[in-house]
Amino acid sequence: MDQRLAELRDTAPAVPDRIPISLVVNGVEKRMEVAAWTTLLDLLRNTLDLPGTKKGCDHGQCGACTVLVDGRRINSCLTLAVMKDGCEVTTIEGLATGDVLHPMQQAFVDHDAYQCGYCTPGQICSAVGLISEGQARTREEIRDLMSGNICRCGAYPNIIAAIEGVLGGTAPAQAKEDPA
Amino acid sequence: MRDEPGFGPTTPGPVHDANPGPARLRGAAGDPVPHDSAAKHVSGEAVYTDDIPELPGTLHAYVLQSPRAHARILRLDVSAARRAPGVHAVLTAGDVPGAVDIGPVFPGDPVLAPELVEYVGQAVAAIAAETPGQARAAAALIEAEYEDLPAILTVDEALEAGSYVGPGLTMRLGESAAALAAAPRRLSGSFAMGGQDHFYLEGQIAYALPREDGDMLVHSSTQHPSEVQHLIAKVLGRPDAHVTVEVRRMGGGFGGKETQPALIACIAALLADATGRPVKYRMDRDDDMVMTGKRHDFQVRYEVGFDEEGRIQGIEMDLAARCGMSPDLSNAVVDRAMFHADNAYFLANATVTGLRCKTNTVSNTAFRGFGGPQGMVAIEYVVDEIARALGRDPLDVRRANLYGPGRDLTHYHQPVEDGPLLAALMDDLEASCAYRERRRAIDAFNAAHRVLKKGLALTPVKFGISFTATHMNQAGALVHLYQDGSIQLNHGGTEMGQGVHTKVAQLVATEFGVGLDRVRIMATSTGKVPNTSPTAASSGTDLNGAAALRAAREIRNRMTLFLAEHFAEPAESVAFRDGIVAVGGRTLAFAEACHLAYVNRIHLSAAGYYRTPKIWWDRTEARGRPFYYFACGAAATEVLVDTLTGEYRFLRADLLHDCGTSVNPAIDLGQVEGGYVQGLGWLSFEELWWDAHGRLRTHAPSTYKIPTGRDVPADFRVRLVANQPNREDVVHRSKAVGEPPLMLAISGYLALKDAVAAVGGHRFPVHLDAPATPERVLMACEAVRALGAAGPWAGP
Repeated sequence: MDQRLAELRDTAPAVPDRIPISLVVNGVEKRMEVAAWTTLLDLLRNTLDLPGTKKGCDHGQCGACTVLVDGRRINSCLTLAVMKDGCEVTTIEGLATGDVLHPMQQAFVDHDAYQCGYCTPGQICSAVGLISEGQARTREEIRDLMSGNICRCGAYPNIIAAIEGVLGGTAPAQAKEDPA
Repeated sequence: MRDEPGFGPTTPGPVHDANPGPARLRGAAGDPVPHDSAAKHVSGEAVYTDDIPELPGTLHAYVLQSPRAHARILRLDVSAARRAPGVHAVLTAGDVPGAVDIGPVFPGDPVLAPELVEYVGQAVAAIAAETPGQARAAAALIEAEYEDLPAILTVDEALEAGSYVGPGLTMRLGESAAALAAAPRRLSGSFAMGGQDHFYLEGQIAYALPREDGDMLVHSSTQHPSEVQHLIAKVLGRPDAHVTVEVRRMGGGFGGKETQPALIACIAALLADATGRPVKYRMDRDDDMVMTGKRHDFQVRYEVGFDEEGRIQGIEMDLAARCGMSPDLSNAVVDRAMFHADNAYFLANATVTGLRCKTNTVSNTAFRGFGGPQGMVAIEYVVDEIARALGRDPLDVRRANLYGPGRDLTHYHQPVEDGPLLAALMDDLEASCAYRERRRAIDAFNAAHRVLKKGLALTPVKFGISFTATHMNQAGALVHLYQDGSIQLNHGGTEMGQGVHTKVAQLVATEFGVGLDRVRIMATSTGKVPNTSPTAASSGTDLNGAAALRAAREIRNRMTLFLAEHFAEPAESVAFRDGIVAVGGRTLAFAEACHLAYVNRIHLSAAGYYRTPKIWWDRTEARGRPFYYFACGAAATEVLVDTLTGEYRFLRADLLHDCGTSVNPAIDLGQVEGGYVQGLGWLSFEELWWDAHGRLRTHAPSTYKIPTGRDVPADFRVRLVANQPNREDVVHRSKAVGEPPLMLAISGYLALKDAVAAVGGHRFPVHLDAPATPERVLMACEAVRALGAAGPWAGP
């Protein structure tokens, strides 16, 4: 085993240990050197101390790691950091303006669009991307286009309602009668 | 409420009261306030175990898994792994300083396999290295040789071989054999239902930090910190007091973090102990799905006798569960399946047997409902088949069998007082979802369409609340009131998204008559509250809320006595409300009263303790009152099936659920919706599939289909039952809500069965195992078509 690995290592093309890249993350330029195989997700969480983006499945199948790259949503676990050299990355930490939540974040609070919260950063980034991509117009389209983000707690009706609220520009905070 | 009954599709509005008005303090018990972590959830600031900043020197764990379902380990050579770059420790069973077995109730779960492996994925060796990649690479250098042994993989094989993890149990009421013999109509059959992977979005994880004198602090994503503490102490060979386990929040649990986190935490602690460095063990998702237990799959055999109305005269049911390679919690899971084999129906003459099959697969474990859903699916399937045999609407057969006055004893001899409530729920839902009109419309649709068929089902839920292991129905809390009037709340419950911390804090705030913002919710720690039960069995708020209330009441009573004496006023004149304390004609700000009590040497901290009254269970006699009360609900689901492909869509769901007087209707509503979605996943798309070698081949969401937003019925109407306080003395007269709504989804499964029945004009029986994947639905449609081609069915 050892020997075979050694042979493979000897014949593999030379890859530099670290590759310099530059990213604008949440509006701040970051210059760093990364290993070629570092995912954008690991870079955000481990190097840039932005743990708001979550690792759910690490296979691009659950959507928990969704971030915005140049305004479009991507699975950061399936993206190597070096592929995004020069890009603008927005994570959940970059959506609010000071203490004022992004309208989508506020809508998620108003609609109880989470339970455990682990998928929430990905859901919100995906929802923000969905709207900025200009794709969704109806509830049915929201349901389809958000289907890459799993919420195991099953808060979907509220997630969809929150997005619908922002999309329709409806005032999110409206008094609600007491259920009892 | 979310919507009025009987009206068109709902756009759910914001669920929180935005302007409670000046007279009310925000967050009293009963207020639909947002989850305590709402702002942090949406800003990404909520800290989960993997987000805790790592200390310098932190090592990362990886575990070598068994590739065999059942084999003797002939040779295990870890020497090359120990020499690999970055590796600090490689442990096998022989390196464990304390006990190797970490079975939670019964032995059978070695932390690392000693000589025998009993399932594919079992932990064989554990590695700590400087990076996760180095640990993984080192695992590949371990040389292991196995000698295969015969493996039992399925329930059928286990039943054949008599392979069990524990003795069977039978519950009896009346004389089932005689009743079956005398019944005008009889049916018998068998069917199967699959298991379910929890797929908590946050995978299993533990972070172990060695402390001085051999102590260990472990951050564990667990529903059961006390058990994790105890088992870590056990594998380390130290007293429990040397180990502290802490959890602020989990990214979902669903029962999968009741016993399962012990393995992860014990391995992290063993490696931390061996290296003297902090060790994080974060399970890769595929490893998590392969290595940790799931919902039990069941085989059901039944024989039922009934009259022309469909009323059950006698029934015998065998519920056989695939428990996997060890007992884990299977005994209690199968018991709970048996306890729920009546669902909402009076079974005057019943014999219910539960079998605990031992197989060479991962040990199945707790999952929301804990066997209850499987028992309930069993009886609902049987009732559905009775209706098919009689050519009656299944709803009428359900109504005919419902518990009611004079028909109110379970097969484990607990009286049921909820018959009238169940009937009222079904009446309400039948009217509000326009069941009869839609039934007629669906019949017309099905008559007009050859390929597309619609199905509709309305089912009740009656779910028993309490741990069936009576001793577990206890809880503790620790409340500190500081002299500035702020409150620190500790209790044994763990937060997994269900909102237990919010609800318990609301109860405590109400007790002191202050706003919720005064109550600081602390991480759950075995150092604050000892000997806790798991946050499971839907009991989180009932038990911990009651314990926290008692602690708060103790402090309030001390303050009341002091203030009365201090101001020479009667104790009855002291009132805590609206953020003030009234004493006679005086008014003190709450903080002022706290400070005054402090300087007068009043003890402002208290521990609270609660144990559930009235419950008992004699397992030998199979009778008792295992449940303090029942939580009830009803649901109707409509589905559209393409009978040429088996594909389907759920069109509409109407849910009506009883939370008593809810402590937080917004949070409870979320539990009802989420429970239904998760149950729908279990019974429809989520299929676990093992190959002939016992390897789970559906170990990622690419092959294991979890419901997404587009799978939820487009028309989704959810209501909580109003004005129905719990008749038992539960906090705020509420009812537990974690598990019961999951079983509302049985209506979705039976709607599919109904649509398949429509293929044969509702004249033939329908065999449909769960999960009713499109493939199974298609096969069921084909089977009904074949019956139709063979001529009219004569009935049983």
